[in-house]
Amino acid sequence: MATPNGPQGERENYLNKEYGPASWLLTTDHKRIALLYLLSITFFFFIGGFFALLIRLELLTPASDLVQADTYNKLFTMHGMVMVFFFLIPSIPAVLGNFLVPMMIGARDLAFPRINLLSWYLYIIGGVMMLHCMLTGGVDTGWTFYTPFSTAFTNTKIVEAGLAVFVAGFSSILTGLNFVVTIHRMRAPGMTWSRLPLFIWAHYATSIIQLLGTPVIAITIVLVAAERTLHLGIFDPKLGGDPLLFQHLFWFYSHPAVYIMILPSMGIVSEIIACFSRKRIFGYSFVALSSIAIAVFGFLVWAHHMFVAGISIYAALVFSMLSYSVAVPSAVKVFNWTATMYKGSIHYDAPMLYAFGFLGLFTIGGLTGLFLAALGIDVHVTDTYFVVAHFHYIMVGGAVMGYLGGMHFWWPKISGRLYPEGWAKLAALIVFIGFNLTFFPQFVLGYLGMPRRYADYSHMPEFQILNVFSTAGATVLGVGYLLPMIYFLWSMRYGKPAPDNPWNAAGLEWKTPSPPPTFNFDEEPVVTWEAYNYEELGDIPPNAEAAGVR
Amino acid sequence: MFNNFPLWPERASTIAGNVDALFIFLLIVAGMMTLLIFVCVIFFAARFRHRAGVPAEQIDGSTPLELTWSVIPMGVFMVIFVWGAVVYFKERTPPRDATEVYIVAKQWMWKLEHAEGQREINELHVPVGRDVKLIMTSQDVIHSFYIPAFRIKQDVLPGRYTVEWFRATKPGTYHLFCAEYCGTQHSGMVGSIVVMEPAQYEAWMSGGQTGPLSATGEKIFSELGCATCHRSDTQGRGPNLQGVFGKPVLLEDGRTVFADENYIRESILDPGAKIVNGYKPVMSTFQGLVSEEQLNALVAYVKSLSTAKPGEPSTNAGASAAPPQAKGSQVN
Amino acid sequence: MSDSQSAAIQGEAHGGSHNPALLHHFAEPQQQRDASSLGMWWFLATEVMFFGGLFCAYLIYRLKFFGDFGAASKTLDVSLGATNTAVLICSSLTVVLAVWAAQTGRRMMLVGNLALTLVLGLAFLGIKSVEYREKFEKHHVPGTSFQFQEKIPGHPDQYADPRHAQIFFALYFVMTGLHALHMIIGVGIFVWLLTMAWKGRFTPEYNTPVEMGGLYWHFVDVIWIYLFPLLYLIDRHP
Repeated sequence: MATPNGPQGERENYLNKEYGPASWLLTTDHKRIALLYLLSITFFFFIGGFFALLIRLELLTPASDLVQADTYNKLFTMHGMVMVFFFLIPSIPAVLGNFLVPMMIGARDLAFPRINLLSWYLYIIGGVMMLHCMLTGGVDTGWTFYTPFSTAFTNTKIVEAGLAVFVAGFSSILTGLNFVVTIHRMRAPGMTWSRLPLFIWAHYATSIIQLLGTPVIAITIVLVAAERTLHLGIFDPKLGGDPLLFQHLFWFYSHPAVYIMILPSMGIVSEIIACFSRKRIFGYSFVALSSIAIAVFGFLVWAHHMFVAGISIYAALVFSMLSYSVAVPSAVKVFNWTATMYKGSIHYDAPMLYAFGFLGLFTIGGLTGLFLAALGIDVHVTDTYFVVAHFHYIMVGGAVMGYLGGMHFWWPKISGRLYPEGWAKLAALIVFIGFNLTFFPQFVLGYLGMPRRYADYSHMPEFQILNVFSTAGATVLGVGYLLPMIYFLWSMRYGKPAPDNPWNAAGLEWKTPSPPPTFNFDEEPVVTWEAYNYEELGDIPPNAEAAGVR
Repeated sequence: MFNNFPLWPERASTIAGNVDALFIFLLIVAGMMTLLIFVCVIFFAARFRHRAGVPAEQIDGSTPLELTWSVIPMGVFMVIFVWGAVVYFKERTPPRDATEVYIVAKQWMWKLEHAEGQREINELHVPVGRDVKLIMTSQDVIHSFYIPAFRIKQDVLPGRYTVEWFRATKPGTYHLFCAEYCGTQHSGMVGSIVVMEPAQYEAWMSGGQTGPLSATGEKIFSELGCATCHRSDTQGRGPNLQGVFGKPVLLEDGRTVFADENYIRESILDPGAKIVNGYKPVMSTFQGLVSEEQLNALVAYVKSLSTAKPGEPSTNAGASAAPPQAKGSQVN
Repeated sequence: MSDSQSAAIQGEAHGGSHNPALLHHFAEPQQQRDASSLGMWWFLATEVMFFGGLFCAYLIYRLKFFGDFGAASKTLDVSLGATNTAVLICSSLTVVLAVWAAQTGRRMMLVGNLALTLVLGLAFLGIKSVEYREKFEKHHVPGTSFQFQEKIPGHPDQYADPRHAQIFFALYFVMTGLHALHMIIGVGIFVWLLTMAWKGRFTPEYNTPVEMGGLYWHFVDVIWIYLFPLLYLIDRHP
């Protein structure tokens, strides 16, 4: 693998191949685009996180004393919109997916590199529009912007926010398009479907949802914008329009959207658990097919968000039953991951700690989904903090933990540096503790009856102590998120240089140098082995210690 | 802050016990499953911690195991589903003779009117042990009428009626919350449900000035000229409304619809939508000419015309013989 | 190694020079063609979902306000709509001929058919604007100046509810408007294709853009094939 050295004797790779803003802003290299996304989504994560902090600070006391009710309403709206559309939905696919999908299948780039760059620009344009919207007044409808409130009863910047989401949605669609075509058409010789890493299966399923679901929210946004600007009346009851039609259209996308947010994270967990147990994932085909099953069933359950909205009893029965069937593939995955650890050779590196955290938190979050799918219970807990706790367990406890685990696992490959393992383990622990302290009390608050989106709970001062616990946890969680930011940045300058395969992990991406060259592989790989060939790879070698990995 | 630290809401309705029972069952199931996973993960992580010279054992999988842990959870889920559905059915099926209260939600208050006539704002007085049915609509955006202690909640929509019901079991004052975000003062749209002993409730009721809601409705019915066409004989240009409510109605396009609260409401606001068989579409709309409260009164009046007195006909002259009426007056 | 070096190695691995249109990350032209084709089909699937939401809303309201929608639909000009349908079907024919011409290296035929497609597309948009103008004149555009006084078909004694008719027209304008927007984009694509064809860029070995543009155009045509009966033909009893 002889490659000429760069000016300082450093091997040429995708980072040092060219310098200067144009080489980044006009790149078509999927790895550079992944880093562009990394910067942008991290930025929006902190914006969304800042709003969360303000929300939790306000909720320390029952009265609406930190901010006015209108401001609070904007805070939770913007927190939701930014976190969902500008952080969670892109995060793993746009950063780790972009970086790794071509490498894992032995390709030189994605199928459509220029469309990939366009994706990022669309995301940025949407992001700038959203920022502008927030800075000039924001939106106060909740991220769900139900009609007729959003079409006829609020003066905030619905159309602008809607268009920002619309543009970002296209970014999501094009990313999905790229992944599906790449996975179908650009696998290296010998990389059959049954040899694909589960990360790829997960992203394939995610991309199907992105492609088929996102256009529906796009058209919903168009209709809401049209109704607001042209006074059309499609959702206006005074004209015979039906506000429930909006909810159906909205949730037809927004439910599958939550699977966009969790499936990639599940793919990461598969990779990490396999590597740090030194074994093939137990039940590979079942885990792969369960990703597809989740994607398909995920499209059939949207009205479980509407059990008390005014749908018929019979519709509610159907959606409740279907919601239980979508829980089965998720359970199957958890069992398979746990079984993978049986008779493994377990290492406790930071990525594995994040995977443990994922297992615990996703299990709790998923099980509380069973509560919500039970019609009789949902009547009581829907629109309360029980739901808020449920989805944060999945999205933060699940998706974000997986994302952080993946960032740690592939950081050496991405940056060519090792992160400080001690600090990483500490951060994982702080995140786990902070997370549970923040969100577990919210299950109790929800069953007690505290509704969501309440700026002021001075009529129910008995809710205060649980809110105080929650805010305390949020502070700890915040620290846990800051730490990786700091030490990842630190490592880019001061971290030990990483070997090609510090974890002795399976996967084509580990057969390239760290960081990889622009075209990934000097020669197209020919795959003759099964995925997760840890039997051949053996253990993480002791000289990894000398390399300073652990 | 520490004085009042509840971890479980009060139970004050007949359905609350059912909901709590299912919830506790789920807590047990979820708790056991969480414990199982946690124990396995921690145990495996410790027991199979990497030891020099001890390689991992490559186990591909086990189809019987996969089937087991797919089928058994699915079975448990179906049990939960059925149980939840049963409770839900109870929650959404108001008893036949429930006392009715009409509710109009608006940003950011609840306006309530008992069928007997009492009006309340943000408070609902009810006697313990009586079935109470809430017939609700919104003047503006979507709200939601939520009583945690009763474990019931129902979104309140503009343009139609939605219904929920309860039977309170314990005197006391309980929180009422709006549970669907509705704007600036969403968190201020709270109130109380005051459950009283029957005797106290009678006393409270007799303090009210206005007559029953249906009497108000009768007044509006005549003031707006409805009686001109909707006469109580067969000579009117509109159907006789005696006995219409709660029964099927044959329409001129051949469909049969059930005359519930939403049907009456629609007939006033959008009369062209459903023309009764044998009549001409000549009724003009009253959209914009009646307020939500007046609508509620009119609906109450029409309903009162269906409480058939002995000897009087209870079928509408314009409606043909129809299949047996469906149970309850469900408004969906 | 540099771009050109690795590209050269790739080229040599395939026994000779390769088509300059082959992008560096593909191993061979067939793979590139397959990728483009799959990509376009998936993109069209997203478009189906995009329009699908509108069709869904339309179907729901059509069933809910059966008579009113019938009355509103009757005020649309069927002959103009039918002409437009014929125009689009013909344009799909010219597209098919253009693709065949590209595949068989007939440059003038390709240019001619692309140009014809453009003309037909512009004709469609022209007829559409005539229809929109007529709707504007009759005050059938939703908004404050909306007026509607037509009887429900088959019920000579009953007027349609103007509120529900307004919903029909709201959907009509959004659906046909979105379709027209897609036509305009299609016109843009075909102008580009025409320019490239004129310069002789398409050969039997490389004509993927024509094929992909053709697929897009056919899709926009198919959407209209659904729109026309649903909007114009739902109640045409005499």
